Amino acid sequence: MSLDSLLFQAVNGLASASGLFLVAAGLSIIFGVTRIVNMAHGSFYMLGLYLAVTLAPALSPWIGGAAGFWGGILVATLAVALLGALVEMVLLRRLYRAPELYQLLATFALLLVISDAVLFLWGPEDILGPRAPGLSGAVDLLGRRLPQYDLFLALAGPAVLLGLHLLLRRTRFGRLIRAATQDREMVAALGINEALLFTAVFALGAGVAGLGGALQMAREPANLAIDLSVLGDAFVVVVVGGMGSISGAYLAAVLVAEVKALCTALGVVDIAGYAFNMSRLTLVAEFLVMALVLILRPHGLFGRPQPPATTRARAEPAPAPLGRRGAVLVLVAVALFAAVPLIGQFFAYAPVLALDMVIAALFAASLHFIMGPGGMASFGHAAYFGLGAYGAAFAATRLGAPTPLAFAMGIGTAAMGATLFGWFCVRLEGVYFAMLTLAFAQIVWSIVYQWEEVTGGSNGMFGVWPQAPFDEPAGLYLAALAVTLAGLFLIRRVVFAPFGFALRAGRDSSLRAEASGIPVARVRWLAFALAGTLCGAAGALFAFAKGSISPEAISVGRSIDGLVMVLLGGVQSLMGPVLGAGGFTLLQDMVMRETDYWRALLGAVILAVVLLFPSGIAGGLRRAGNAR
Amino acid sequence: MNAGAPVLEVRDLTKSYGGVRAVDGVSFDVAAGELLALIGPNGAGKSTCFNIVNGQLRPDAGAVRLGGRVITGLPPRRIAALGVGRTFQVAAVFGSMTAAQNVQTALAAARGGTFDLWRPARRLGREQALDLLAQTGMAAQADRPASTLAYGDVKRLELAMALAGEPRLLLMDEPTAGMAGTERREMIALVQALTRARGLAVLFTEHSMDVVFGHADRVIVLARGRLIANGGVDEVRRDPLVREVYLGGAPTEARP
Repeated sequence: MSLDSLLFQAVNGLASASGLFLVAAGLSIIFGVTRIVNMAHGSFYMLGLYLAVTLAPALSPWIGGAAGFWGGILVATLAVALLGALVEMVLLRRLYRAPELYQLLATFALLLVISDAVLFLWGPEDILGPRAPGLSGAVDLLGRRLPQYDLFLALAGPAVLLGLHLLLRRTRFGRLIRAATQDREMVAALGINEALLFTAVFALGAGVAGLGGALQMAREPANLAIDLSVLGDAFVVVVVGGMGSISGAYLAAVLVAEVKALCTALGVVDIAGYAFNMSRLTLVAEFLVMALVLILRPHGLFGRPQPPATTRARAEPAPAPLGRRGAVLVLVAVALFAAVPLIGQFFAYAPVLALDMVIAALFAASLHFIMGPGGMASFGHAAYFGLGAYGAAFAATRLGAPTPLAFAMGIGTAAMGATLFGWFCVRLEGVYFAMLTLAFAQIVWSIVYQWEEVTGGSNGMFGVWPQAPFDEPAGLYLAALAVTLAGLFLIRRVVFAPFGFALRAGRDSSLRAEASGIPVARVRWLAFALAGTLCGAAGALFAFAKGSISPEAISVGRSIDGLVMVLLGGVQSLMGPVLGAGGFTLLQDMVMRETDYWRALLGAVILAVVLLFPSGIAGGLRRAGNAR
Repeated sequence: MNAGAPVLEVRDLTKSYGGVRAVDGVSFDVAAGELLALIGPNGAGKSTCFNIVNGQLRPDAGAVRLGGRVITGLPPRRIAALGVGRTFQVAAVFGSMTAAQNVQTALAAARGGTFDLWRPARRLGREQALDLLAQTGMAAQADRPASTLAYGDVKRLELAMALAGEPRLLLMDEPTAGMAGTERREMIALVQALTRARGLAVLFTEHSMDVVFGHADRVIVLARGRLIANGGVDEVRRDPLVREVYLGGAPTEARP
């Protein structure tokens, strides 16, 4: 590696940093004022890009190439800002008083709907944008040719940073944003039109993200995976920079992008005689940067610690032990599920569906364990599902391990991943926890996607068939049922053991728990690791059930499926996630396989749940109970 | 630890925020069986001082010793394990559990049983929890969810939880804040009785002067980060410096 190739990559890194910064800054501004983490923020970026690649060529014949290009960017930005305003007025306004989890889910539903809308309007193919007129050449610098457009982008980031800074410091609108970020009630008490302010802020944040996407048109093709990948990166940037700090977002974006660029620049490096391709380590590098910052500064570079709340605002209901009737119902259900292979002779499809339900039940129950008693709503639980599945698949196909050993190795892989990532995640609360879990899941997804030699890349791994006696449908099904029942039983024991009470204690009041001598972070860590391990068991079963595994199993969508299962069933009971998983699997099987637009449909289901029960399903039921 | 030796020794605590010395060279002791009130006007450094002792803040200089052992800068959890119980200004309990389960959870933590993943918690430590609840006058409420308790009862429950660790030292941040007159006197009388019966050392901050001058054994007064008085109730009440900076020259002030 030479100095000029390093410089080349450094400029390239700054150009990427600008795009990242724009998304993260928008996310940060919106969060500061409305306290909502907008999961659909990556979608605004994606829409900006799609609109720009469509508008620029369409405008060019009318107003000329250059004007068309820049006009396309401008119109795309404004259109996305307008959409942001519309979204705020129609959707978010109903959510400001809802629990955090519901705000996250509703904006994620929006992501799903936008994603399918883009698929409907633009089709599944990648779309290449035009080159920037006047900036398509290259600049000679130290004997290396740097693309002009990259230089332009590298400067665009600081320019927007300066613009936002001036907006926030010098204008009345900016002062209002800063005031509302510090004390929302006070701003409302002063008679400022809060509704208008929130709409304007959301439009601003969305517009900035749209601009970020539109500016990328000359650099990368518009494609449907951008929304989630940008969202994951933006979460990393926001967590590293500190939520609510715009300069922090820029610094973090530069840091993350430059570390990635450095890895690319280093290329193949000899370490102790082994040729090591550093460019494959970009994702690990991103993770390491985040890990390092979080160890040194848990609230990000420029973030301020949130004062710990003495008690949660709402008292969570306690999980109830099974009554006699409940025990009978559970026994009947277990007997029915155990009898499914007998029906299989008449309805060949029944065991397949039942197997899906059994696996989903363990997946949802493990998520519920940290979400309910732990109060930690993970937006990346699928990472451990995927690690379990890939671990088992790798052991079974590449290592030729016997089925039970491969299964155990899948669980082990998930346990290691959950233990590692959990250490970081449990230190954060609420939306920060949600963002970090999602970012980790996105990192696992990217590693699996890119590490083709081991994981098979985007195709995944095939021929993951179990050996006798699990090669018979009934054998595998009964084994899966036994594993899931054992997992559910374990969760039940733990929830009603002192550890379960300590976990709830940390959720109800971490201050009181610490004062009583409960090491809250360690309790959460163990719970997180345990949940990840059980989720890994579900993943390993999944790999054997399907005979193949692809990155789809780790996708954020899969994580959200888990959240929806838990919410459908109700967070307050241990049976809830099992029922929710069953219901969701049936719904998915019957309805969603019939359409190409199942994501939009799922989004609609989530929105319906969230808007009909704004204080949670449990709250809705309690209200119904009180009305009686 | 020798009999009569102080349970808590605070030496030369100093903590600054920016250029302001919130706590400036403060030293005091609390002995077993003693109820020591820490008072001072708003901004005097009471909370800072209190939070250094309980481990939420780290001092710039100075030392906190518990039974002769330096605990300065240890996290609250470790300090709890060494025998320090505490209650908060806004009482904090575990809302999703019954009163008895709250105390049982605190008991399990004190006994190192937090990481018991298997045994049912229902009966573990239940007898002792009921006993502690009886001592704080909460026997009748044992099986009610904590989230449905009246605020005065929440404070009593929190006291029972603080006692679960069998502390040598009890730190109480405004133990009667948010309580009405009768309730307030009952609460402080309860703390006083427990202090005597268990040989506890108690350090508490308090705003209501009737509680302080009616029940404390000794009073220390902070003003602008400095300790300006340290003595018996009557001595401090008569201290002209205290009257000047704290009571503003008025005979006594009893805030509701």
